[in-house]
Amino acid sequence: MAHIFEPEDIAPTAGAGVRFDNVHKAFGKLVVLDDLSLEVAPAERVSIIGPSGSGKTTILRVLMTLERPDDGYVYVGDQLLWHMQRRSRLGPVRRDGKRWHMQRKVTTVDANEQYLRGVRGQLGMVFQHFNLFPHKKVLDNITEAPIRVGGVSKDEAVLRARELLSMVGLQDKAGSYPASLSGGQQQRVAIARALAMQPKVLLLDEVTSALDPELVGDVLGVLRDLAHETDITMLIVTHEMRFARDVCDRVLFFDHGAVVEQGPPEKIFSAPDSPRLQQFLRQVLER
Amino acid sequence: MFDFDFFVSTLSPIARGLEVTVEITLAGTGIAMVLGLVFEVLRRSRFRVVRWPVAFVRDFIQNTPLLLQAIFFFYVFPEYGLFKLSPFVSGIIVIGIQYSTYTSEVYRAGIDGVPAGQWQAARALNFSRTDTWRRVILPQAIPPVLPALGNYLISMFKDTPQLLVIGVLDMVGVAKAIGSENYEYTEPMIAAGIFFIILSFLASLVVRRLESRFGAHL
Repeated sequence: MAHIFEPEDIAPTAGAGVRFDNVHKAFGKLVVLDDLSLEVAPAERVSIIGPSGSGKTTILRVLMTLERPDDGYVYVGDQLLWHMQRRSRLGPVRRDGKRWHMQRKVTTVDANEQYLRGVRGQLGMVFQHFNLFPHKKVLDNITEAPIRVGGVSKDEAVLRARELLSMVGLQDKAGSYPASLSGGQQQRVAIARALAMQPKVLLLDEVTSALDPELVGDVLGVLRDLAHETDITMLIVTHEMRFARDVCDRVLFFDHGAVVEQGPPEKIFSAPDSPRLQQFLRQVLER
Repeated sequence: MFDFDFFVSTLSPIARGLEVTVEITLAGTGIAMVLGLVFEVLRRSRFRVVRWPVAFVRDFIQNTPLLLQAIFFFYVFPEYGLFKLSPFVSGIIVIGIQYSTYTSEVYRAGIDGVPAGQWQAARALNFSRTDTWRRVILPQAIPPVLPALGNYLISMFKDTPQLLVIGVLDMVGVAKAIGSENYEYTEPMIAAGIFFIILSFLASLVVRRLESRFGAHL
């Protein structure tokens, strides 16, 4: 009863776009997002490269609602992420400067947790340090959210989890605890766990940075398959330039809280314009 | 002189007192384990109106003596029509609440020990706050602190004689009664002391097992 992995099992819906409008975020005096505006199309694969501490990860963290921006608007699909619209009670409003009408005013306010939970469901994230639940077996790590959050039946969640596990090549690890797995295996479980919630946008935060070099390939292989076989929108913060080049439609070079240069990978890696990017690439590629 | 026959004759009534002591300790532990967790989780509430009163009440209880709390609960409050309960039940409640302030500190350490990445993963998977606590944080926070909770259970056991002040007839209460009846405290108090040592020792063995079982995670 081997299940053959079908792309639509993972992403039955098309990816969603993402947009930042003048998003500002600072930690004390350190500005990590400096009036950032950017747009990612549905199903687009965008990688974000740049020096450490340049705020790349903050982009993902703002999207995953782990970090609240100080200013600006973030959209996922056509929905505001950190704000919601609230309609006031019916009240008199003067229209065209003369007539009074009873009308509801629509105001934009900070999103509450309930609203965030609604929008957050479209997003999934894989972390640098995996963040698997150490007290749960691999299978339960994957099924927990679909069952508790997604309202999926246990049988169905288990079935899907097993498919996802075989997709990442770990079907025989369902009953293991994360601690008994290598870093690369843990990260593949973490990818499966994120996919189990069928996100429209997948955020990948330096997913290979904590891995031993010989384990990086397996994880990137899984992501490469995912990119080829699904329509999930992917935002990838990475130091793996080759991966960025192979998988992504577009590369953003990010420094000091702003996009310095962006374009298709061939352009960015072969003919960078800005001196800062040129210098960055020299440093990275020399290693 | 030590009267061995008198000593033996005290054992059976004191053993009945031991029953009371153990019952108070177990029920008090139940309260302390649950209420301590409630204190600590509420202290981390998003809402200041929850956080501050909880922190105040907890500090207040923690910084007043058990003896005084017992007296207030049993003698003073009923004068105002509050809590007209038996010494036994009052004792359980007072000691349970007092210890819940200690256990909440223990839970705090356990919760602080859960890496930030676990909270983030729970949020990324869109868990509700309740599920985050129940499914992710507490199952990781509590096992490592079980030994510390166990140690408080042992000190609670040894604190029960303080409830004598409100007339709880625990081991020491019984021993004191026998002593005053016979004008001889040595034998009954030694008997009570021996029971305390034996039970504390057994309990400490359990705590040590907990340590070897869960301590490794810390």
